[in-house]
Amino acid sequence: MLRRIHPIQPNGFKFSATNMKWAKEKIKKYPPGRKASAVIPILWKVQEQEGWVSRPAIDCVAKILEMDPIRVLEVASFYFMFHLSPMGDVAHIQVCGTTSCMLSGSEDLIKVCKEEISQEPHSRSSDGKFSWEEVECLGACANAPIVQIGKDYFEDLSEKKFRGLVKLLKRGKIPVPGSQVGRFSCEPGNGQKSLQGKNKEKNNASVQLALRGKDTVFKKNKLKFNSV
Amino acid sequence: MNLLDDKDRIFTNLYGKRDRSLKGAKDRGCWQGTKNILKKGQSWIVEEIKASGLRGRGGAGFPTGLKWSFMPEAKEEKPSYLVINADESEPGTCKDREIMRHDPHHLIEGALFAGFAMGAHVTYIYIRGEYVREREALQCAIDEAYDSGLLGKNACKSGWAFDVILHHGAGAYICGEETALLESLEGKKGMPRMKPPFPAGAGLYGCPTTVNNVESIAVVPTILRRGAGWFSSIGRPNNVGTKVFAISGHVNYPCVVEEAMSIPLKELIEKHCGGVRGGWKNLKAIIPGGASVPLLPSSLCDNAIMDFDWLKDNQSGLGTAAVIVMDNSADVIKAIWRLSKFYKHESCGQCTPCREGTGWMMRVMERLVKGEARIEEIDMLHKVSKQVEGHTICALGDAAAWPIQGLIRHFRSELEQRIAERNKVEIKYVAAE
Repeated sequence: MLRRIHPIQPNGFKFSATNMKWAKEKIKKYPPGRKASAVIPILWKVQEQEGWVSRPAIDCVAKILEMDPIRVLEVASFYFMFHLSPMGDVAHIQVCGTTSCMLSGSEDLIKVCKEEISQEPHSRSSDGKFSWEEVECLGACANAPIVQIGKDYFEDLSEKKFRGLVKLLKRGKIPVPGSQVGRFSCEPGNGQKSLQGKNKEKNNASVQLALRGKDTVFKKNKLKFNSV
Repeated sequence: MNLLDDKDRIFTNLYGKRDRSLKGAKDRGCWQGTKNILKKGQSWIVEEIKASGLRGRGGAGFPTGLKWSFMPEAKEEKPSYLVINADESEPGTCKDREIMRHDPHHLIEGALFAGFAMGAHVTYIYIRGEYVREREALQCAIDEAYDSGLLGKNACKSGWAFDVILHHGAGAYICGEETALLESLEGKKGMPRMKPPFPAGAGLYGCPTTVNNVESIAVVPTILRRGAGWFSSIGRPNNVGTKVFAISGHVNYPCVVEEAMSIPLKELIEKHCGGVRGGWKNLKAIIPGGASVPLLPSSLCDNAIMDFDWLKDNQSGLGTAAVIVMDNSADVIKAIWRLSKFYKHESCGQCTPCREGTGWMMRVMERLVKGEARIEEIDMLHKVSKQVEGHTICALGDAAAWPIQGLIRHFRSELEQRIAERNKVEIKYVAAE
């Protein structure tokens, strides 16, 4: 699939001091002379900082990794998770549309995106806060249909639940990720037939990390989680 | 057949409800006597895995122990690498996610055993980019293992230096193909390499490399502790052990569950998933092993056995054991069209038959969904799928062709009927004019 860099580009790019330090540490994970191996993690850090991957950022990463800029651009355009244009400032919603999710109602979720955010994928809502796209299998099929927002998966959705979730985001609130029908993780919804017995944890690992890290959905926020 | 007993389950914290910390994992048996097992030596581990009959859990089902034995003697200028494929992107598949976020110490300890057995001091785990929280959870577990001296310069005080490095992708299905994964890990576009040379000869950075699926590695510690005989006593000959199944789609309670290999499909669905929505008679078709294997119509489902050989004998495959269930309300033609769209999106574009063929097949499938095609186009589509299959560097071309071939094999009458219905509507319009 052809993906090009955005026609409007910023004047420059600079990693924050923390991120630059992080990048230098990352490079050390690979053998000497194999700096290029760090290109995906470092481009991902760019996207975490800026929200998208710009031309000046590509040039900067190329310099850090001693790569030709075209090689970095190749990577940025090959991997679909890199946004080559600005997405919603608050949240970019990725709706899984592949077969398991489609069978479980993802088309209804896409309808909600069109109504609540924008008619076209990859384009920002009128206030610039939100954007959406249909993505290929997110790999949580036993909890279909799912959407990914930022780092988190929102699972077991319905049209109604998802609309509530989008409305909550619009009001500046943060929904709790994970199953939206009260499942713990991927166990059968009517109670598990295996691994019964004493439990300890309150949330599954993904939800726990989201609640603890307080780095879900919004870039800068006063974090207070709300149930849909 | 009885359900697998909890005592024979390897992943005792698959749902993550029990203590996920290192201490919790140790209480459940992980990292017990690791040093003593390592002391038995590299060839003992390889032989034990060979004897266990473990076949790769990533889709192809190649014997894991045999794969390990292809690794040459390690040399200083060319270190050996173990690379763990955690790219889990095959539509329908969500098993490795649960292992990595909820029971990660099986994987980390397995990496040490496998790495040691192949003379590797470094392993890279390549996890898909979308799994951000799963990456964080796994990294926490790796950090805990380092802090306790289970990994590092003297892993488990065995004298073997071993590092586990977690690396991630950024949303490309093709990076689940082992050589594309290696390209990606080297910082390039994920385009599969020509084989030979195979990774065991020249893999990551041109060095001997073995790529294994997460589940294949994560079952290793338990096999070594309980013995090859225990593992091979579960399931049917040549199809042994336990297997993590993921069931999605039109069942009452979709789930991920570890069961015995060779469990009958009906039992898997009825005992763990509360049955097919609307009852077993309402079943239309299943895709038994992730998107790339041909579907099975309900007539074959009654006696279906979920293992490599039964499914292969019935012109399908176990793949990743990701079962996608469709009841009679499902539009099976549309379900397969969606997979065609997936493969078109994910083709890396390197080989012409795949780059052009996947788009071509998707467009014809689109017409078939609406019934807009001509009857001859069904055979034409089949012919084109055969021109893609087997004519590409990697198996993505095959994977795009097989679901369509399965649809034509089992649901030709439905394809024809839809075309006929559409024609009737058109004739009516003509008559009305």
